Amino acid sequence: MASAQVFNITLPALPEGWSADKDFKAVGSVSAATQRNLEPVGPHFLAHARRKRHQRTFSEDERIQAQQNVKKTEEDEDDEISEPEDPMMLSRDAKDWKAQDHYAVLGLSKYRWRATPEQIKRAHRKKVLRHHPDKKAAMGQTDENDNFFKCIQKATELLLDPVRRRQFDSVDEAADVEPPTKKEAAKGNFYKLWSKAFVAEGRFSKKQPVPTLGNEDSTKEEVEGFYDFWYNFDSWRTFEYLDEDVPDDNENRDQKRHVEKKNANARRKRKTEDNTRLRHMIDECLANDERIKKFRQQARAGKDKKRLEKEAEAKRLAEEKEKARVEEEQRKKEAEETAKADREKTKKAKEAAKNAAKKNKRVLKGAVKEVNYFVEGGDASAGQVDAVLGDVELLMSKIDHEELAALAESLTAAGKDGAAVKAAYAAQAKQLVEAGKLKEGELKTFA
Amino acid sequence: MSDESNSVPAEAPERFAIGISFGNSSSSIARISPEGKAEVIANEEGDRQIPSVLSYIEGEEYHGTQAKAQLIRNPKNTVAYFRDYLGKNYKSIDATPCHQSAHPVQVDSTVAFSIRDTASEDVNTVTVSEITTRHLRRLKQSAADFIGKEVNAAVITVPTDFHDAQREALIAAAKEAGIEVLQLIHEPVAAVMAYDARPEATVADKLVVVADLGGTRSDVAVIACRGGMYTILATAHDYELGGASLDQIIIDHFAKEFIKKHKVDPRENERGLAKLKLEGEATRKALSLGTNASLSIESLTDGIDFSSTINRTRYELLSSKVFAQFTDLIQQVIKKAELDVLDIDEVIFSGGASHTPKIAHLARNIFPEKTAILAPSTLITALNPSELAARGAAVQASLIQEFDKEDIEQSIHPMVTATPHLRNAIGVQFVSGEDVDFQPLLNAETALPARRTAQYSVPKAGGSVFVRVCEGVREIKVTKPEPKPKAEKASDAEEDDSDFDSDEDEEEEIRETVWKTDKAIAELAVKDVKAGGKVELMVHVNSDLGLQITVREVGGQSAVRGAVESPKPTEN
Repeated sequence: MASAQVFNITLPALPEGWSADKDFKAVGSVSAATQRNLEPVGPHFLAHARRKRHQRTFSEDERIQAQQNVKKTEEDEDDEISEPEDPMMLSRDAKDWKAQDHYAVLGLSKYRWRATPEQIKRAHRKKVLRHHPDKKAAMGQTDENDNFFKCIQKATELLLDPVRRRQFDSVDEAADVEPPTKKEAAKGNFYKLWSKAFVAEGRFSKKQPVPTLGNEDSTKEEVEGFYDFWYNFDSWRTFEYLDEDVPDDNENRDQKRHVEKKNANARRKRKTEDNTRLRHMIDECLANDERIKKFRQQARAGKDKKRLEKEAEAKRLAEEKEKARVEEEQRKKEAEETAKADREKTKKAKEAAKNAAKKNKRVLKGAVKEVNYFVEGGDASAGQVDAVLGDVELLMSKIDHEELAALAESLTAAGKDGAAVKAAYAAQAKQLVEAGKLKEGELKTFA
Repeated sequence: MSDESNSVPAEAPERFAIGISFGNSSSSIARISPEGKAEVIANEEGDRQIPSVLSYIEGEEYHGTQAKAQLIRNPKNTVAYFRDYLGKNYKSIDATPCHQSAHPVQVDSTVAFSIRDTASEDVNTVTVSEITTRHLRRLKQSAADFIGKEVNAAVITVPTDFHDAQREALIAAAKEAGIEVLQLIHEPVAAVMAYDARPEATVADKLVVVADLGGTRSDVAVIACRGGMYTILATAHDYELGGASLDQIIIDHFAKEFIKKHKVDPRENERGLAKLKLEGEATRKALSLGTNASLSIESLTDGIDFSSTINRTRYELLSSKVFAQFTDLIQQVIKKAELDVLDIDEVIFSGGASHTPKIAHLARNIFPEKTAILAPSTLITALNPSELAARGAAVQASLIQEFDKEDIEQSIHPMVTATPHLRNAIGVQFVSGEDVDFQPLLNAETALPARRTAQYSVPKAGGSVFVRVCEGVREIKVTKPEPKPKAEKASDAEEDDSDFDSDEDEEEEIRETVWKTDKAIAELAVKDVKAGGKVELMVHVNSDLGLQITVREVGGQSAVRGAVESPKPTEN
């Protein structure tokens, strides 16, 4: 709403006596607003949204929009498509359109396959403005056949048709970049020269973007990716543009078929040749690529390192094993020796115990003998002696070494006191009965 | 490296957007032609209104008119009227429209249809979103075939009562069909856009009633257009009123005629009813164009052929009740918006049933003379009502096609759309002697911030003038006609043909709008204006209701500037 509405209503004259500072007086304020949802459609809403989002005022927004519009028109005029026109080209015969360089005709030689359809349209317009037959006539230059104008039309028509443009691009030799020779590449600009060749070749790739050659610092993955891509190159390059014209008269069918067949063969042959050429080119680049050598060396160095590491590891393992074995042997030997010593010790102890037992037994038997087999006065009868000794034997067979020793001790202490000896025996017998080793009443004499 | 591979690869997926109006009974697709005009695309059968119907026979999919014809022979495998079921709970749907096509069934609380959509005998359950996807895919294909370019984005219109779940379901279904939904816009707003996008249209402040009379439902909305921005003030819906209600009248009429002749009710036979329905619809459409229309059906029922005619007067008499419902709905929505018919500047008729001349004529009688009734029968330059929504969507699609997804989302965010709107009009008060007149500059319901500029004349002799900016309220003045009709006062210079003297019945009272000055806001003085000069007033209202007012003489150097503070929150 930049434009003002015009009302045919007359404003009242200033009332007498009205005055205010700077002729303005605020006397009230607007009533509260209602909150509603705007419908987010239409150009005016979009302008509103733009203002609100960027927090611009009306005038700011207008200014920014105006600036943007100006910029756009400037860009249009910016890239002048002006190349000097070759007089040879101007005098070309339009009939020979196949041989013309369509890009040069439109003044796009520096863009070639990079030219956008937009650029082509603009270039065409520019050329037409300059070379239109009406203009030529007005300037007094007469070209009967309007040859160059026709050339322009032909070039535009071809370049604006994507399929036909590709056909032309396929055989556009001016866009080809020859791969550098070994000598050139050896001078140190290997990457620069080869990249150019590959970029030019990459325009035929169905897969875009095409990986770049990189430089000496590229990683192994990048380099491998690059060569992988090129060895599996998928090209749309065709050679239909070089076809011989097929006679379109219906008179000679055979001739037509013959030419068609010939064309197809030629195309196939060229395609194969092109593939071989590309293959050779990649081979050559690969052969001279310093990075490949570098990577190989690195790989070899890496491999050697690995081998040494492996050997060291094996040696270490063997040593460890040997050490463990020796240790084990040592341990075994020691164990054996201790076992042997132990055995001897127990044997000695056993014998000692045996001797002690014998001695004790003798004490036991001696003790009863000392006290005259518990007979008071006179010699003991043979029967008594037998009974007492029999009991002593029975007792001895039932008690163990410790009890035996203790008994022997108490007997020695008792000496020749018959009662004490008997008491000692009786105590022992009682112990045995309590332990359940003897039955009560079995030892008659010690009861 | 194959030899015959010179075909140009598909371009990087560039966005190409169309406008789709996805209706319950029919859909339309539109695009912006290279000349910059919105045009509705015909599908391969030449239809611009493509019935939203899908039908399956032996695994083959039929769409549009062909599918609709299958409603007679193959109703069980024909899906129609499914738009309103999308994103809805099975419990909340009204299945009556689907009485004569595949019935909706419940699947996990959503709606589905059991149809044989493959060559095998098995019955498949196809959800409504899948059906929508298939429908949209066909629409997309038709558009792509017509344009010759892949279509991958669209602006789709939805009714104003579409809730979030339905919107999400529609976006998901469209995505499944390979369509990126740039935006969903409301049908009535799309209709207004279609008119406003015409090159001859000017940006004006107006109140518009959009009556969208569809096949099975009618929606009416009141929209305020202020400086090219639209705000919906009120909506009203009638889910039973639509073209189908009118078809029913025709069906009943012919059925009675048939019964009189043959003593059989064709409506009792399912196939007979379907045939009557299909032909009845065609007859109704024909009656919108001509004054006579015929109907002929082979083997309507019991092998009896039927042929008859009906004239428009008869039809209008029969349907007067239904027509009254349409006009009632319009009046109802105006009431809901707290407005009067006198406030309405335009009535846009949209949707298929709007072709009916009588409805537009009835509306003509409701509204005052100054109100433009945009329907084919009342205005020759009116656009095709069936195409409005699709055209509006196409216009919007062309506007936002270049935007990033994020940009669009930000722009339609409630942060941006929720805006304060003026409650009362702001204008200038004119006092000449006893008369106090008010000239609105910013109308009520203008979205803020807003800026308006106007030029006023000064007294012939020149000199100092006084500008009093104030709020105004519109009042309806009712005057009983006097024997001698008094001179009409031009109530509004902006709409200078606002006097309505044509329908002056003796008994009828005259109603007119009158502006009353409400609250003064600011006073300014412009000193020593040249004789015959003009004064330009610019009022800028901020979103916080603060005002900047500038007055200057046109061509003059100095200007009177001033600001009015925004009201304190406690006030009012």
